[in-house]
Amino acid sequence: MDGQQAVIDRLRASFRSGISLPEQFRLGQLKALLTLVTDNEQQILEALQKDLAKPKFEAILSEVDMVINELSYTISHLKSWMAPEYVEKNLATKLDDCFVRREPLGVVLIIGAWNYPFQLILLPLIGTIAAGNCAIVKPSEISVTTGKLLADLIPKYLSQECYAVICGGIEETKKLLENRFDHIFYTGSQAVGRSVLQAAAVHLTPVTLELGGKCPCLMYGKLDIQAAAKRLVWAKFFNAGQSCVAPDYVLCNRQTCEALVPALRQALEAFYGQRPRECDDMGRIVSQKHCARLVSLLERSTGKVVIGGETDKEEKYIAPTVLVDVKETDALMEEEIFGPILPIISIDTLADAISFVNAREKPLALYVFSDESKVVHTVLEQTSSGGFCSNDGIVHMCLPGLPFGGVGNSGMGSYHGRWGFETFSHRRACMLRGWGLERVNVLRYPPYTESNLGWLRWATGARRQGWGCSVM
Amino acid sequence: LQLEVARSAFLTGRSRPFHYRIQQLQSLRRFVLERKSDFAAALQKDLGKSEHGMELFELLGVEREIMLAIDELPKWAAPKPVEKNLLTIMDEVYVQPEPLGVVLIIGAWNYPLAVTLQPLIGAIAAGNAAVIKPSELSSHTAKVMEDLSLYLDKEMYHVVTGGVTESQELLKQRFDHIFYTGNSMVGKLVMQAASCHLTPVTLELGGKSPCYIDKDCDITIACRRITWGKYLNCGQTCIAPDYILCEPSIQDRLLEEIRKSIKEFYTDDPKSFTDYGRIVNQRHFQRLMALLKGSTVAIGGNGDESERYIEPTVLRDVNPEAKVMQEEIFGPILPVLTVSGADEAISFINSREKPLVLYIFSSNKKLIKRMIEETSSGGVLANDCLVHSTVSALPFGGVGNSGMGSYHGKYTFDQLSHLRSCLIRKLATEKANMMRYPPHTFEKIRWARIVLLNQVNVGRLWRVVLVTLLGILAAFVVQVRLSTNTQSHLERST
Repeated sequence: MDGQQAVIDRLRASFRSGISLPEQFRLGQLKALLTLVTDNEQQILEALQKDLAKPKFEAILSEVDMVINELSYTISHLKSWMAPEYVEKNLATKLDDCFVRREPLGVVLIIGAWNYPFQLILLPLIGTIAAGNCAIVKPSEISVTTGKLLADLIPKYLSQECYAVICGGIEETKKLLENRFDHIFYTGSQAVGRSVLQAAAVHLTPVTLELGGKCPCLMYGKLDIQAAAKRLVWAKFFNAGQSCVAPDYVLCNRQTCEALVPALRQALEAFYGQRPRECDDMGRIVSQKHCARLVSLLERSTGKVVIGGETDKEEKYIAPTVLVDVKETDALMEEEIFGPILPIISIDTLADAISFVNAREKPLALYVFSDESKVVHTVLEQTSSGGFCSNDGIVHMCLPGLPFGGVGNSGMGSYHGRWGFETFSHRRACMLRGWGLERVNVLRYPPYTESNLGWLRWATGARRQGWGCSVM
Repeated sequence: LQLEVARSAFLTGRSRPFHYRIQQLQSLRRFVLERKSDFAAALQKDLGKSEHGMELFELLGVEREIMLAIDELPKWAAPKPVEKNLLTIMDEVYVQPEPLGVVLIIGAWNYPLAVTLQPLIGAIAAGNAAVIKPSELSSHTAKVMEDLSLYLDKEMYHVVTGGVTESQELLKQRFDHIFYTGNSMVGKLVMQAASCHLTPVTLELGGKSPCYIDKDCDITIACRRITWGKYLNCGQTCIAPDYILCEPSIQDRLLEEIRKSIKEFYTDDPKSFTDYGRIVNQRHFQRLMALLKGSTVAIGGNGDESERYIEPTVLRDVNPEAKVMQEEIFGPILPVLTVSGADEAISFINSREKPLVLYIFSSNKKLIKRMIEETSSGGVLANDCLVHSTVSALPFGGVGNSGMGSYHGKYTFDQLSHLRSCLIRKLATEKANMMRYPPHTFEKIRWARIVLLNQVNVGRLWRVVLVTLLGILAAFVVQVRLSTNTQSHLERST
């Protein structure tokens, strides 16, 4: 694809010229991005409404504000992140300068997803700019309106020499991936994640993959069911369940299940009223195809629908739905649901629930609801997941101090805040020596002798506790 | 299958407690120390390494890393608290390092002990199980390495010996991380194999590490250090200075000094000298001798195939198109290329793949700074060779074609851990949460923006509170003193 090649070449030439490196340039671009968001907030909200019927509140909280927050955080910390990090030396290198520089990688490719089409492009882009790279951004073709808006706005506010937006579908993305980038950042499914990694292997390009999985939600021990239900409902049905960190399914014992269902019903009514379909705060499924997928899952499920269940393919609407008596082999347990359907699986003991979780792929997030600290810590210690949150859902994502990423099948690498800056940087180890102390260097030259070895061992050894002796 | 045994062992959870990890590390140390002479004999056969050479350049590093890991493990594995926002101000927010599972470590043949065991140290410290595949090219050392199972938990850590077929079999299986040291070609294959299972990888590859020698430098010392760095292990070091760039006016002097240093270190007859090594096998010997074609030999140039011996060799006035400049040399051949100055050197370096290390020899600090800023490489070392890899606090790794990821010291630990974000909330204080629930109103939006999205530096908050309190206290004290003063004044005046 000639168009693509020309863009990549242009960006690479810009990177080589060094314009994206100075702190002032990076800050300028980040501030311009901030202006982009604040100037066009209304348009952004409208695009999100068009693509996902995203309620304004959700769009502000989880898209616009997340980007603004990440920008402010990055702008205020950039200087300190960019500073060289001086490190601990051993005796032999005491008089040298040993430090680590964070350097840009070059041209980064960012491939976005459709569920949070705005922030999943801009948050990685912020880290990329902060680290001094140039970038090509490829928004998801499924969230068409937002993609077009980004393609329109980014060149208006950011340097066209350093950043470009390329829109397109599967074919264009495949072509794009044949090129050589210095880092590829992909958010999306595991299947495509594998192809991205494969394409990257050809050029030895490092990648960050933000994938998904089924995020389990365990509810055991004593717990305040009403409060838990509210938080669970909020986290599950936010963006109509189309969040990579939405609680996918619930594990609890029968007793809890019986108390939980009415609590869920109550919370749902409090949030979305008696007719969620007519409520502005209830979102829609992104496309007919995904809606059909969810409808099919519901139809094939052998669980019992206790709340909701209504669907309308034309309107891409699925009512907030809860099912009980769901078996492990149910259709709903085959893949990540990514919709407003919540299966509850009854498992009697915490230990069995933990085994259930561990028998499956490591998820992006793992949730536990319990008033008992012991329960929370047992789950934490005996499982693995990208992130962990007790007694709430999703909110761990909005703390830029926490790395956001998966493990195993849910992904590799992380970002947000400083973690994004580090992801898009190369940590270059630097050691600057002088000419002096050549007499000491003699210890390491051939012929190798026993006594020299002894001295060297002492001089290069790790500093033991309470030893700090700076003779040199 | 070793992977399955290792995975079952890992799933029992016994590799997690600190005392287990420390115990295994101590056993690893014993292994390395007790079998020192076996390793020395093996390395002598594999690479002609002398016993002292082995100690200096393999064991020392391994021992240091083991002791560092044992000392620092509790700190490395401790949860790290991070900044909160107003919503989470009463919660615990931290990053918890966790083991990944079963790590595959594929070693290289040039420092078979160091590059196989150093990643293992980090793997153990991070609480993982491991399958270790030493290089078959250093077969004698691999044989000794098999005895690892006599010292460590043999279900948790496995050594698999064999050749390409065994490696390929291993790579088909699903590991939780693959740590590979070797060349870029195989690196790509490793990454490709890993992609099937979405396995993260660390690739320590190589490349041609350039060495720029500025006019303004102590040439004698520079040449000694370069000679040492180049011919150590017969040039078979991933961070050996691959080629030299210098101005034509200093080339003769350089060659003279290098000649002197070679003689000083390796005597007039390096072949019979114990501390000069051998090429690992016939294939590499032949490859290296072929690289000499088309270039002018200034020093050395002779080899003995029967002994896999190549004498310390330097080539002069080398052409960038020459054979010797087309691949990583990995042998005792040092090409010198002339450039008009730092500018040309920088363009030359930037027109090629990013190397594992960039060497700069200069007394001019500004020049060094400039070269660092205008190039990219895994690491940089000014005015010496190799020694940056002995500082455990520096990350050791490549960029671009020279690799991805890094290790040594805490970096190995972090590389082979999963840093899990943890947010521990309570179900109480539900009232504060109310503003984020639907139905959504403007009022709620405003509150949510404040509470959810502003970062709070709790430390700073407390300091502000403290300062305020101190201020109040100070004001109070001043007031009391003033009033007592006034009183005493009054008393005195009456």
